[in-house]
Amino acid sequence: MEKLYVNDRDIVVPGEMLADGIEYLPSGKAFRDGEKILASTIGIVSVKGRVVKVIPLAGRYMPKRGDVIIGKVTNIGHSGWTLDVNSPYNADMNIGEATHEYIDLAKTEMSKYFDIGDYVLAEVITISEAKFIKISAKHRPYRRLNGGNIIQVSPTKIPRIIGKQGSMIKMLKDMSGCDVVVGQNGLVWIKGVPEKEVIVANAIKVIEKESHKKGLTDKIKQMLEGGAK
Amino acid sequence: MSKVGAPDKLIVNGKRLDGRKFDEMRELTIKAGIIPNADGSAQVDLGGTRAIAAVYGPREVFPRHLSDPDKAYLNCIYTMVSFSTPDRARPGPSRRSVEISKVVKDALAPAIFLEKYPKTAIDVYIEIINANAGTRTAAIIAAAVALADAGIEMRDLVSSIAAGKVDGELLLDLFEPEDNFGDADMPFAMMPRTKEITLLQMDGELTKDEIAELLKMNMKACEKIYEAQKVALKEKFATEKDLAQEEGESQ
Repeated sequence: MEKLYVNDRDIVVPGEMLADGIEYLPSGKAFRDGEKILASTIGIVSVKGRVVKVIPLAGRYMPKRGDVIIGKVTNIGHSGWTLDVNSPYNADMNIGEATHEYIDLAKTEMSKYFDIGDYVLAEVITISEAKFIKISAKHRPYRRLNGGNIIQVSPTKIPRIIGKQGSMIKMLKDMSGCDVVVGQNGLVWIKGVPEKEVIVANAIKVIEKESHKKGLTDKIKQMLEGGAK
Repeated sequence: MSKVGAPDKLIVNGKRLDGRKFDEMRELTIKAGIIPNADGSAQVDLGGTRAIAAVYGPREVFPRHLSDPDKAYLNCIYTMVSFSTPDRARPGPSRRSVEISKVVKDALAPAIFLEKYPKTAIDVYIEIINANAGTRTAAIIAAAVALADAGIEMRDLVSSIAAGKVDGELLLDLFEPEDNFGDADMPFAMMPRTKEITLLQMDGELTKDEIAELLKMNMKACEKIYEAQKVALKEKFATEKDLAQEEGESQ
């Protein structure tokens, strides 16, 4: 009685039936109820063999292990920093996860490494059952993001800003000469000549808003060349 | 009928005052994503009743002591704006709005995977812009669409409608005069996929058979509402379909 009710790339709403039968496996935002596989959020279906996946189209950022994110330091504690990572949960970065150097707390201020208000590119290393998020900025390329500008976009649009094999972000960087870092939590850091920063920020906003339209790459190219608005 | 201001008859020649059949719903329009600053939002027009729902979250709980380490805290606030009724409604919480906030919350909670968002709050704000009977059902329809629009994980949507008894006849989706001068009113909400009932209230007197009949009417109407909710959500996100984009990786 195995049956698939949806096609690849269909849009589904929460509770919509995707497939029937234990042969199929739920993935992403799909879940199993008895023999049935259902969608749990609004999203796009992707069917690969037996795996039925729902890619969400909306929602807040929920940290996953291994995610590369941009956080803002909100507090300095005795042995680490607390960061706002644009999700319902704060992230903690232990002092040992900050740098390779030995930090002698008796001699140095912790704010020398990361001060309140600093943006940090870091990786999610663990998420506990109680949703305590631990992040690390110990290894390259994780670091404090000095200067530049931060803009916020929907986390579900991040793959579009990056593009296929990073094609979109490569174009943004190459054509503007700006340094662009994208965090999976929906924060984007741009640093370069101030005028170029504005152009890149506008281009990213266009990508977010018109991510579905055809010819987006050309439009962004035009924007970066200074042709279109 | 002995109440002041009541029309002589609520049913004339087998038709209702607004010309509907007994089991006919008022016109229903649903729009998803009408508030840009909210994580999810929806507007529902059910005849003369208009409800707007905005969803924020999952986000940090405030006040902190309400946070639950096992699941999200669902907060529903139902308000009627002062110009929603013919007489000015006094703004601020009232006995009635507190009750409706509570039943709306209880109607929505079973549909949401609250356990997937521990230590967070999901805030649902519902404003009744215009009231013409059936505000709590319009509120639930709007809130369910807004929750889905916010990308919150749910088992199912929630559809809701009321039915009642007026001049001895069983009617679906009462409007203002029928609600005010009718004999009984039964608001109802269910999850259309599992057919689980999440809200059932009754005001007035009904026999056992009448209740069974009204339940049947409500369930049938909820299926239709569910389709409308689905269409509204898919419409908002339809544009995303054309895009042939693979999931990317951050540097």
